[in-house]
Amino acid sequence: MKILTGNDLKSGAVVWWDGSGWSLHVEDAVDAGDQADTILAVEQAAQRVNAAYAIDGERTADGVRPAHIKERIRAVGPTVRMDLALKPADADAGNWVI
Amino acid sequence: MVEPQFRFRDDEPAADPAVTVDNFGEQTNAAAVRLEPGDDARDLLPYLDRIRLVEVNFPAFTDGRGYSAARILREAGYTGELRAVGDVLIDQLFAMRRCGFDSFAPDAALDPTHAEAAFKVFPEVYQPAADGRNPIWKLRHGGGN
Amino acid sequence: MYKYDQYDQAMVDARVAQFRDQVQRRVEGHITEDQFKPIRLQNGLYLQLHAYMLRVAIPYGTLNSRQMRMLGDIADKYDRGYGHFTTRQNIQYNWIKLAEAPDILADLATVEMHAIQTSGNCIRNISADHYAGAAADEIVDPRPYAELLRQWSSFHPEFLALPRKFKICVIASQTDRAAMKLHDIGIRLVKNDAGEIGAAFYVGGGMGRTPMIAPCIREFVPIDQLVTYSEACLRVYNRYGRRDNKFKARIKILVHELGKEEYTRQVEEEFAHLQTLNIEPPLAELERIKAHFTDPPFDAGASDELDLSDPDFALWVERNCHAHKQPGYISATVSLKPVGGIPGDASADQIRLMADLARDYSFDECRVTHAQNIVYPHVRKADLYALWQKLDEANLGIANLDRIGDIIACPGLDYCSLANARSIPVAQKISENFATREEEIGELKLKISGCINACGHHHAGHIGILGVDRKGVENYQLLLGGCEGDDTSLGQITGPGFDEDGIVGAVEKATDVYLANRQGGERFLDTYRRIGMAPFKEALYAPKNEIKGEPANG
Repeated sequence: MKILTGNDLKSGAVVWWDGSGWSLHVEDAVDAGDQADTILAVEQAAQRVNAAYAIDGERTADGVRPAHIKERIRAVGPTVRMDLALKPADADAGNWVI
Repeated sequence: MVEPQFRFRDDEPAADPAVTVDNFGEQTNAAAVRLEPGDDARDLLPYLDRIRLVEVNFPAFTDGRGYSAARILREAGYTGELRAVGDVLIDQLFAMRRCGFDSFAPDAALDPTHAEAAFKVFPEVYQPAADGRNPIWKLRHGGGN
Repeated sequence: MYKYDQYDQAMVDARVAQFRDQVQRRVEGHITEDQFKPIRLQNGLYLQLHAYMLRVAIPYGTLNSRQMRMLGDIADKYDRGYGHFTTRQNIQYNWIKLAEAPDILADLATVEMHAIQTSGNCIRNISADHYAGAAADEIVDPRPYAELLRQWSSFHPEFLALPRKFKICVIASQTDRAAMKLHDIGIRLVKNDAGEIGAAFYVGGGMGRTPMIAPCIREFVPIDQLVTYSEACLRVYNRYGRRDNKFKARIKILVHELGKEEYTRQVEEEFAHLQTLNIEPPLAELERIKAHFTDPPFDAGASDELDLSDPDFALWVERNCHAHKQPGYISATVSLKPVGGIPGDASADQIRLMADLARDYSFDECRVTHAQNIVYPHVRKADLYALWQKLDEANLGIANLDRIGDIIACPGLDYCSLANARSIPVAQKISENFATREEEIGELKLKISGCINACGHHHAGHIGILGVDRKGVENYQLLLGGCEGDDTSLGQITGPGFDEDGIVGAVEKATDVYLANRQGGERFLDTYRRIGMAPFKEALYAPKNEIKGEPANG
């Protein structure tokens, strides 16, 4: 699947295209398919997202998994400070990244 | 020939079309020339007396060669119109003015209120440039070397 | 240290107002992200993996306790309770909101701090020797000269859209403690035969994709031409530095492609022209700045004795402390590299504690080093033990300066959107593995970068590690023999890369080779330089079961 990720302009928070808007949670990410470029252009022009780009991902039993470790780190937080992760209580998050 | 949106001169703007630097030397009656980033401003030094307008092109605002070109011309004694053209944006106006530009012809028209504020954004300057402003060290000590 | 006058304060305040207005215009959609990006970079604001990151300038690595305390308060008020000290003597905050960035700059301005030109294609923070003003071997304190250049470079209208970033370093001793030759311009203050101070200019050094050691282009620039000569160097770069390829845009490429002689010729020509324009500040300005950098009121009768009966304290003194020019005093390094910790990170509480200790023990002054540690430059020997005890209580008393545990690491893929691999977990593993072996191994500067941009200075490590992306998987290259001092050398790659566990094993093998071969008091670097790469390569890449002289396992 082609998933879209970017940052919220004012807060800088990492966000994922969920089909109608931008969610903080990678599990809400949808397949933008061949609409990816159009969505990116429209959403950035409207300033609903900043510095957004498309990446590959797949749907797994655990949810949406970005193909590259960089975006998995974006989804979770710094692997060396899991107390600062998006879901600090999630003990499996570190393993999921790798 | 590009109309300036902002101009800090009292004289009449040159009506001539601006020729390229390559063509300039051959055309003895040309009074306006356009400098691209890759041109050497010092090629114009023998002709400064008859030049009334130099357009310095900024194809991308991130290409800062035009700032050096402008200062070099002013340092050589050029007193004609020095116009920044191309990708000229609000947040570059102050530095451009300091480098000697006295007219501005941006590709996309700028908000005049934002521009007016931008030209005055810093109360003082740390270093001398082509605008003749006293640098802060001069205010501190009252004179240069 | 330098104190702003009304002009400096007015400029910083105007910059805050300018950025506040620029953020407003961005949020309202008057400027695009492409137009805004260079603006926010020149105010230190990156858009990173998790959030905006703000890089605050610490000019030539010097700050007082009030400023240090503010850095701790900012971590609490605007970030997530910690900051990261960098290899360019700055501090970074990782969880910033764009909307709050102008407020942070406004808070910083109240203590004479800023984030001006800490990123972007402009002249960056000017670094200096972290022992400046305390070292016995400097001919003069380099920091007033760095301050003169800081003001010259701030908002310089001609040099705000350079082909690429520009980093300047100023030192004043023969011993180079600041990696001077690995800067775009490195300046060594020297004295001529007449005893006059001048500047030797080294131009075209740098790390990254194509590391280069800066050649000396002028052995002696009279001190009253320092600014003019710098301007000549910059103007030639601004006019002729490459703009066609981001990876070939640094001045080191220009100097390399023109050749040192031609680049120097162009600089000298421009210099001759600029000298006619009176752009140099008067010597009175340098004297005015110098007046802020006089010696603190040392106690001339301070005892030069140290009670080293506490063995942990004695070890810390031996490793982390540096001789001071003034009898009775010493310079002390606070290691921000606890075992298994994140190199260069400090909590807000630790930062505030370090601020208080600077006030109480070091004439209200501390330094940030390019090795991501903190230095108290002027500590009375009589107070050193009390200082160490307080540091030790806060997990800041570890004695590992320049040892294998004193790892320099960039934030890497855990934080940085430019990175190819994580650097911090590698640093943590190495730190843990070698925690009890530092005495055995001795001086070993290990540096890790998470990508080719080399913010971890891996080219200059005795052991360097470079993180790369190998088909989507993190991989690590090992380099040996880099050195940032007077005998600057660039590390050489050993061969194929390793995975995360493999690189830790590789470092172990490399130190084993060193230990098996060292002679006399050789450091790792000395042994490597003597025996060369071959024995290391052999140990690193030997087939698994092939051990010399023993039968292969079944």
